[in-house]
Amino acid sequence: MNMQTTIAGIPFKNPVMTASGTFGSGMEYGEFVDLNQLGAVVTKGVANVPWPGNPTPRVAEVYGGMLNAIGLQNPGIDVFLERDIPFLKQYDTKIIVNVCGKTVEDYVDVVEKLGEEPAVAMLEINVSCPNVKEGAIAFGQKADALYHITQELKKHAKQPIIMKLSPNVTDITEMAKAAEAAGADALSLINTITGMKIDIHRRKFAIANKTGGMSGPAIKPIAVRMVYQAAHAVKIPIIGMGGIANAEDAIEFILAGASAVSVGAMNFVNPYTTIEVIKGIEAYMERYHVENLTDLIGAVE
Amino acid sequence: MKQKQTAVVASQKEIAPQIFDMWINTELAAEARPGQFVCVYPKDRSTLLPRPISICEVNGDKTALRLVYRIAGQGTAEFAGYRAGDSIAILGTLGNGFLEAVGIDSLTGSIVRDDVEITADKMFSGKQVFLMGGGIGIPPMLQLAKKLNQFMEKDRIQIIVGYRDAQTFLREDLERYGKVFIATEDGSVGTKGNVMNAIAENGLSADKIFACGPMPMLRAIKAYAQEKEIPAYISLEEHMACGVGACLGCVVKTREIDHHSHVHNARICTDGPVFEAKEVEIG
Repeated sequence: MNMQTTIAGIPFKNPVMTASGTFGSGMEYGEFVDLNQLGAVVTKGVANVPWPGNPTPRVAEVYGGMLNAIGLQNPGIDVFLERDIPFLKQYDTKIIVNVCGKTVEDYVDVVEKLGEEPAVAMLEINVSCPNVKEGAIAFGQKADALYHITQELKKHAKQPIIMKLSPNVTDITEMAKAAEAAGADALSLINTITGMKIDIHRRKFAIANKTGGMSGPAIKPIAVRMVYQAAHAVKIPIIGMGGIANAEDAIEFILAGASAVSVGAMNFVNPYTTIEVIKGIEAYMERYHVENLTDLIGAVE
Repeated sequence: MKQKQTAVVASQKEIAPQIFDMWINTELAAEARPGQFVCVYPKDRSTLLPRPISICEVNGDKTALRLVYRIAGQGTAEFAGYRAGDSIAILGTLGNGFLEAVGIDSLTGSIVRDDVEITADKMFSGKQVFLMGGGIGIPPMLQLAKKLNQFMEKDRIQIIVGYRDAQTFLREDLERYGKVFIATEDGSVGTKGNVMNAIAENGLSADKIFACGPMPMLRAIKAYAQEKEIPAYISLEEHMACGVGACLGCVVKTREIDHHSHVHNARICTDGPVFEAKEVEIG
């Protein structure tokens, strides 16, 4: 039985990754999970300089999921390269760094610095965080802007780039095609869905940013649908995510066309989710006599 | 070692309206420190996020944790329905603890930080402390008082607690480990007003303050500690998603640059929940 999957020529021992922003750089969850078992660790977004993020409250619970508006708090690329990369290098897992910025130049700055670090396998470009006022999301919601930034980053990136798509668009295939046409090596989707929650007793927004990105099991059907649509619109591989809580969920994404999957919000609920998903996919493959994981990709009939 | 596990409820009762007192059998009790908390997960899958609840007490054998909490919503309402023998999903033990915030390992009394020069018995013996709790911030003061009894004289542990009314839950437990002063909003028991009024009315003083309660109370304590030039260690609360420092949901503004993100934002779940008051910007 072969769990390996390949994205942009890079082999991953299994298709299970961590969704950016839900797993830090692995340090916190290393107490619960053997990071060596993971297909990849996708880090929290990192910018060219430290970002303080949004005011609190930053998180709120909603039915079957959560809203967050962290605002990409991060220590900046210099601290990240000194501290987080050496930590992750100790493990036998692939490192994918999520890159955020407010301007194209910000992104280029980070991408170039990461180019000097051969331990980083791929870059995931965050053009879809709904919680950052300037830049970021604007690149992810207009096809021409997405095309432009993808093309720019491809000129500077030493590693293959994954464009992380926003679900907050009218037509996900248009965005997927724009990223592919501009040279993206892979896509990841979906980022969170913009939502809102109001505390009726206090008559206040549940999170300080007013809106937040919704994640968790409640969004999974939307994510599966978008992965399926994107997979039929482009030839580049897709990393699927959105509410994955167990192996069954992960397999749905793979059958819909994802070459790999990421566990996000459910890490918060059950820190062992990633490992349980890996074991569950193995059990599924055994049960249905699937020799290669890749045989399952897009195999929905 | 942090762990998520399914533990067993040993007992539960309502000790004041909407306030529940639950004992849980769990080996996590062996490592529990005063001021730490556990995340409790509802079984209803529509409510996914953990409810951070402070540790009120550890039993003598260190095999059980006592959680005293208020029903604040759907999740805690579910917990309140648990009976002896029911399972309960918890993650713990989390956070730094009151004595750890001072620089002392509360399990051994030894020094855990470079800037601390004396062990717990030398630090506390002959000194006076305030343990201040307001409302549902009172429970963690019990285990702290119990612990401090190992290092100092009982009558120097001054426990100042504020309630709304005569529903003075945990009062008898607290009286076993310190000298208790009560303030009630309606004046039905002790000083009429809040914990600060109780300090003034009783003419109390201290060398150190430990506190947990609503933000206005913590702000008043921060100001009082600054005026008296004594250290105050306050336990903060915020909505959490992961409880282990990964999601960056529960931050507090800090005076110094934080070691994680280098942006003056400490994580309440892991860098706290207890902070020295002067280190945090609580308005």
